[in-house]
Amino acid sequence: MAEIFVVKTDGFKDGDRRIVKTPKGEIGVFAHEGGFYAYANHCVHSGGPACEGILIPRVEDIIAEDKTYHGQKFSDRMQIVCPWHGWEFDLKSGVCAGDAKYKLKKYETVVRGGDLYVVA
Amino acid sequence: MDAQNNEVRQLRWDEYDTTQHLKNAAKQARQRKYEDFLIVDVDGHHYESEHYREVFQYISNPVIRRQAVEGMQRGGRSSMLGGQVGYQDTGGRMTRHWLRKYEKTPEDRHRDITTTLKWMDAMGVDYSCLFPTPMLFLGTHPQVEVEVELATAYNRWLCERVLAQEPRIISMLYLPFNDPEAAYRTVKEFAGKKGVCGFMVTSPRYKPVHDNVYMKTYRLIEETGLPLSFHAAYTWGDQGLALTNRFIGVHALGFMWFNMIHMTNWVVNGLPERFPKLKVMWIESGLTWAYSLMQRLDHSYMMRTSDCPSLKRKPSEYMCEMFFSSQPMEMPEDKSILEATFKMINAETQLLWSSDYPHWDFDLPGVIYDLPFLNEKAKRNILGGNAAKLFNLDPKPVKKIPMVD
Repeated sequence: MAEIFVVKTDGFKDGDRRIVKTPKGEIGVFAHEGGFYAYANHCVHSGGPACEGILIPRVEDIIAEDKTYHGQKFSDRMQIVCPWHGWEFDLKSGVCAGDAKYKLKKYETVVRGGDLYVVA
Repeated sequence: MDAQNNEVRQLRWDEYDTTQHLKNAAKQARQRKYEDFLIVDVDGHHYESEHYREVFQYISNPVIRRQAVEGMQRGGRSSMLGGQVGYQDTGGRMTRHWLRKYEKTPEDRHRDITTTLKWMDAMGVDYSCLFPTPMLFLGTHPQVEVEVELATAYNRWLCERVLAQEPRIISMLYLPFNDPEAAYRTVKEFAGKKGVCGFMVTSPRYKPVHDNVYMKTYRLIEETGLPLSFHAAYTWGDQGLALTNRFIGVHALGFMWFNMIHMTNWVVNGLPERFPKLKVMWIESGLTWAYSLMQRLDHSYMMRTSDCPSLKRKPSEYMCEMFFSSQPMEMPEDKSILEATFKMINAETQLLWSSDYPHWDFDLPGVIYDLPFLNEKAKRNILGGNAAKLFNLDPKPVKKIPMVD
């Protein structure tokens, strides 16, 4: 395992991302809510570039106490969406929204001296 | 690792390129050695609406041509062609749908040829049967003459601007089915033209396929030796489908629903007996509908044989002699279920792989190639061999899988 430099943390803001080429393939690195998250740029569905899609919160139905439906809303759970087919993955865990047994391959990140590294 | 030696990139939406978008597909193609054998996509798409300015010039009726051209100037309002209610791109989640406008293509070749060849090569496809997109809904247009005029214009435009220019792109041309005479004329005019590999009926429509008015067209197509296909789609205007409130519902049901109706009418009215050499193909309904309908019709047939006296065999025996495109291929966790479906439709000879690219639920060749229960011969038949026989294509691979890092 090696620490691979990604970006200076200064200026790498929430919502930013980088795609870094590593010996283990491309890895997408995201800045989100003060943390850094890294996943293989390879969708577990059919191999799409999962880290190159849009980021969008998970959609929720609004169901009242009496079980009636009152529209939809975005939750506060940000997701990565594979641009090929739309499979959605939780940005913090990499777990698939449609079936939790599917997960993006996650990599550790390390911050040292203002530099962000991914361990791969 | 040293910072200077790492290749780190930011996403640039405005630098969209099909080959880059599909770079992982190209890697799969090389890993699976797709360059060694023929792969034919029997259902790929383009967005003909991006070229309406060209297509509408082929409309022969000057009144309808003017209505079409004028309506094109003011998108978003009512127009002659209108649109289709739906949100295929799932709120922008499929990025290629809104990024494709940034793709740069050379001036000396039609843009659709360039972009189509790019995704074909990335997937490892040798030939693709190209179909329109918005026109899949044209069969529900209330003005029959508009379907006829636009279909004829599109067919002439496609033959001249695309099929005549690029041998790897072929098409089953749109039959303006709501006007039976126009459908007949279409076969007369276009059979034998370069790249025309059959004729296609868009399934969402309300004309029964067993109506006597179509018999001479079926006979004519049978005589050409070309296949007749039914390309599925949905319409939220259908009273039954209008009960669904999410796109997933109208799409999942709609793409099966119309083909199930047409298939049922086709079989129980004995059309396979009347046109025994007519090759019939069912496109973009997946596979489970056929598996289900075969059993359903067979079950009823034994009790209601008098309802379909033209049949000499069970409905499923006719159905498994027809052709089916694979996409969107259902992928049950338990692959024995899929294996049973393949067995039911005689997949080794009757199933033809399709991508449906660039639509939201496209399939790669890997959906077939990676199946554990198929041998190499069966995989190659489904991915290209069956289509090569059906369309009389040279089985020698011609693709150029890009080296994308």
